[in-house]
Amino acid sequence: MSGLIKEKENGGFSFENCRRNNYILAKGGFEMPKATKTGTTIAGIIYKDGVILGADTRATDGNIVAEKNCHKIHYIAPNIYCCGAGTAADTEYTTRMIASQLELHRLNSGRQVRVVSANRLLRQYLFRYQGHVSAALVLGGVDINGPYLGSIHPHGSSDRLPYVTMGSGSLAAMAVFEDRYRPDLSEEEAKELVADAIRAGIFNDLGSGSNVDLCVITKDKAEMIRPYHVANEKGVKQGNYLFKRGTTQVSKTLEKKVQYDVMSTSVREIRPSTETMEIA
Amino acid sequence: MQHPKQQTTNPMVTGTSVIGIQFDGGVLIAADLLGSYGSMAQMRQLPRVFKVNEKTVIGASGDYSDYQFILEKIMQKVNQDYCLNDGYVYKPKQLYSWCTRVMYNRRSNFDPLWNRVVIAGLEDNQPFLGSVDLLGNAYEAPCIATGYGNYLAVPIMREFLEKNNNKITEAQARDVVDRCMKLLYYRDGRAYDKYSIAVVTRVGARVEECKELQTNWQVASQVASYD
Repeated sequence: MSGLIKEKENGGFSFENCRRNNYILAKGGFEMPKATKTGTTIAGIIYKDGVILGADTRATDGNIVAEKNCHKIHYIAPNIYCCGAGTAADTEYTTRMIASQLELHRLNSGRQVRVVSANRLLRQYLFRYQGHVSAALVLGGVDINGPYLGSIHPHGSSDRLPYVTMGSGSLAAMAVFEDRYRPDLSEEEAKELVADAIRAGIFNDLGSGSNVDLCVITKDKAEMIRPYHVANEKGVKQGNYLFKRGTTQVSKTLEKKVQYDVMSTSVREIRPSTETMEIA
Repeated sequence: MQHPKQQTTNPMVTGTSVIGIQFDGGVLIAADLLGSYGSMAQMRQLPRVFKVNEKTVIGASGDYSDYQFILEKIMQKVNQDYCLNDGYVYKPKQLYSWCTRVMYNRRSNFDPLWNRVVIAGLEDNQPFLGSVDLLGNAYEAPCIATGYGNYLAVPIMREFLEKNNNKITEAQARDVVDRCMKLLYYRDGRAYDKYSIAVVTRVGARVEECKELQTNWQVASQVASYD
């Protein structure tokens, strides 16, 4: 390899910046900025008529709750939705990117988007970045092949299953599913089961909290229910600490008009910057 | 030169979760019958719950040899009780307190007993359930689970207790524990489908040696591909 001219790399992802980051960290004194993680409970099940996805609404930044009511169920296509756990920015932008690619694909093909397409695009994107894009997703939707539910891990592997959970509260939610899942639940039973699973995460996992959001996807429509259940109401203050009017006695009121003089007036016409606008 | 105490921070033969729940008139704890040698399922009939006396039972997860050490010390105390024959026996809270001090003392000397011990029984006819871990963290609760049980079984037990206002019958407790052991067998990579239960009621304490789980693998027919 020539010492002066760097050879052009062919395709693939350049990990040059990762090497640079490791070097900077090894030198000491520089701390990587902490990514906002969603520390989440997300879950999905397949029921009689379709798919139900559920998520909690807490976003954490280390040990602090960064957002009390964030949105974890992302739109991918009219018939496909995706819950995301992991780094908030990664899940948001990855799902948005795939949603836009699928919209172009839908317009190109003239057909309803299939969930396997979303799965493949997400998987191939995440694998390309070797786990550095920290997005753990629960992808669900209904297409011509029926209901589809699967989970996608940050390194790019996917599993297609009748019930899945991801995030820090996934064990608590999976406990509920393994205990009570049956193949042909009705819509109401299925909604309650997913809500129960998310609540198990909310109350037993510190990374999850606040409310339960649901998304019910059937052959005909997809319905976002946000919130499905407000599990943690904000407490009502027991006392009023505002001072009543008149606590401080007003002894004298003085009103004075501020005198100002008009120095000059001018009138200007608002002119367009170019003169190309010609209406024939 | 290798520091002599470094061997004690490596558990060899280990047991996975122990779960315990209080019910109206007693307490029960359960643990599966598996001793794992790393990832190998070496000993498949290892009893991990033990009856101390008519008022107390004990179970532990973690290193099995450290657990045997604790049990030996406890049995020495029980024998002393028997020899003194003055009508007083070790009650669960006393044992729990003793265990906490031993575990914390060991940890303070950088030589921990690599266990999480669960002590259950009837203290003056009131159900008692407590846990002490290798750092000496001790607490009492209506439902306890060690290891993966903490993440998988505790949400289920807590939900069940809350729904029934913390008052459940022995039959309900057995049912919840069976569901939780099933759960652990499904999702814990070091669990087993045979377990033993130790129950303490006003009548006394007893260990039921071997219960087998009825597992349901019907969901396998719905799993076709990864795509």
